[in-house]
Amino acid sequence: MPTLNQIIFWFFAFTAVASGIVMITRQKPMQSAIAFLVTLLSLAGLYLLLDAQFVAILQIIIYAGAILVLILFVIMLLHSHSGEGSTSKVPLQRPVAILLSLILFGGSIYLFASTDFGVASTPPSDMGTAQNVGHTLFDKFILPFEVASILLLTGLIGAVVLAKREREDSSNDAH
Amino acid sequence: MTLNDLFVLSPEIIVTVSALIILILDLFLAAEFKRSLAGFTLFGIVLAAVANAFIPIGSAPLIQGMLRVDAISQFLNLIFLVGAGVAALLSADYVKRQGIARGEYYALILLSTLGAMLMGSSANLIMIFLGLETLSIPLYILSAFMRTRSASQEAGLKYFLLGSFASALLLYGIALLYGATGSIQIDEILAKLPAAMLATPLFVYAGGGLLLVGLAFKAAVVPFHMWAPDVYEGAPTSATAFMAVAAKAGAFAALLRLFGPGLMQIDSAGVVIIGILAGLTMIFGNIAALAQLNLKRLLAYSSIAHAGYLLLAITAAQSTPLAGTAINGLLFYLLIYTLMTLGAFGVVILAEGRGENLSLSDFSGFASRHPWIAGAMAIFMVSLAGIPPTAGFIGKFLIFSAVIQAGEIGLALIGVFASVISVYYYLRVVYYMYMRPSTSERPVFVSGFIVLGVGLTAIAVLVFGIYPSVILQWLPQAASATLP
Repeated sequence: MPTLNQIIFWFFAFTAVASGIVMITRQKPMQSAIAFLVTLLSLAGLYLLLDAQFVAILQIIIYAGAILVLILFVIMLLHSHSGEGSTSKVPLQRPVAILLSLILFGGSIYLFASTDFGVASTPPSDMGTAQNVGHTLFDKFILPFEVASILLLTGLIGAVVLAKREREDSSNDAH
Repeated sequence: MTLNDLFVLSPEIIVTVSALIILILDLFLAAEFKRSLAGFTLFGIVLAAVANAFIPIGSAPLIQGMLRVDAISQFLNLIFLVGAGVAALLSADYVKRQGIARGEYYALILLSTLGAMLMGSSANLIMIFLGLETLSIPLYILSAFMRTRSASQEAGLKYFLLGSFASALLLYGIALLYGATGSIQIDEILAKLPAAMLATPLFVYAGGGLLLVGLAFKAAVVPFHMWAPDVYEGAPTSATAFMAVAAKAGAFAALLRLFGPGLMQIDSAGVVIIGILAGLTMIFGNIAALAQLNLKRLLAYSSIAHAGYLLLAITAAQSTPLAGTAINGLLFYLLIYTLMTLGAFGVVILAEGRGENLSLSDFSGFASRHPWIAGAMAIFMVSLAGIPPTAGFIGKFLIFSAVIQAGEIGLALIGVFASVISVYYYLRVVYYMYMRPSTSERPVFVSGFIVLGVGLTAIAVLVFGIYPSVILQWLPQAASATLP
């Protein structure tokens, strides 16, 4: 008799894999994006089962919220008229892609099957809470945290430098 | 974070603050005063170099085990700061001439230098990754800085796509190594590797291999060098000069931290692979350079070839009694490589005039028109080829002697043969300048800052070649004791 935990696990695991397959088989990018959203939400459910509340919330806010909106924007900007995927393809793209994915899949299956992982110890009950994550982030990982903020600033500068329209070249850009 | 931590971090903090001040100053400066930002950049770099000379060094990891501030990282910081300083000198008038004089340019150079400095003192895989990204992302932007030119756009996009791919591989390698050893602290990983090797060898090989690929890409090591010639050619020349030294020095700093002494005791396969990469890089880089007629592409292949010599030093550092000698050789060579490459690019910037894509024939009769600039170029070419009395010879001598002492006679022979090949294409530049009659009168763009940069590097290459002890006495003597 499966426990409630197991039932919930299988539910989320099945939805994650099923929507993943839907995502890569749809022709229209919009449908793929929505299927991707379902995958992300089911993964958040799996994180909750592992007592990682904070990670689950972050997963929903950042991935399902921000990143998916970004993807939708790109789709809208690139395919605003048709909603269709791009038609230009590299020759032999599909067979080569399938072959490479199969090799990667086989390799990782072999890697995990040949490894004896043992049973993980039960994490302490407060692991993965917002308080705990905050403590770790601002104590042990304070320097990486600061460097990451500089890195984000660099990305911002880059976006402005490369995309901002300047007075002298506005005459070239104007249509 | 204690007060001492802040003190130890002061060179990095000064570099970051200078970058931020430049961004703010840029808002208020009129276009004709933008040149003063180069002066401010230099001021920040000199200040950071002074702070770097006074920071207390020790071998224990600091700031919750993130950084290791030892004699090696101190010397690496010096190399990065010298590279950034000379690059700022070369850029000052170039960016104005090309119409890309914007303050962000200098801020990006400083931020990239910060990334390299963090990589050089990493004691933790997270810091290696963050340092690498902080180093690379400004370089992607700098390659595409001349955004109205399609070659520059292409260079930026190519570098960005391939570079992100390499970063992803590196991150995957970090994850696998963490899975195998349960730690991201470099010294803990080295301590736990023998046990992990027995339990999960595939994870260790896959993780270590991916880390090596990621860093080899940044260092432009064959077969991960494909991006280099196109990116070097398309990027603004002053950005290319900085990229050629910053990315290479940063990547080798990380390679030294990760694959430095101690690897061989655990597994000899890693050393064999690095040796093969070194041989391939030296042979391919030098042979491909023979066919290049475009000066920027020629210097790109030359920088690939030099990655091979530097990798030789990493293999020699594997045998414990020689680690100190080999690391000293690597650090010396990195400094000299920085000086001579920046100097050669400086001459290219001068000779390009207002155009782009300087080819070898533009150098015909250059010596009769501009004897001083041609003389400096001749010094850089002779030094890149490794001929005495220049510093390039001393650098190659230090590395090859360490390799021979380590018993890798085959690799040393390949290195010597590759250097002999390289003499042909380096001296061909000198031949064009001195022996060929003047054909085209391509006007030279003379600027005080660039001439100062080229002059300083040329003098340094000569002086360090004749009196290498000036540098050698500053090298970390007991280098082997400070690495795990």
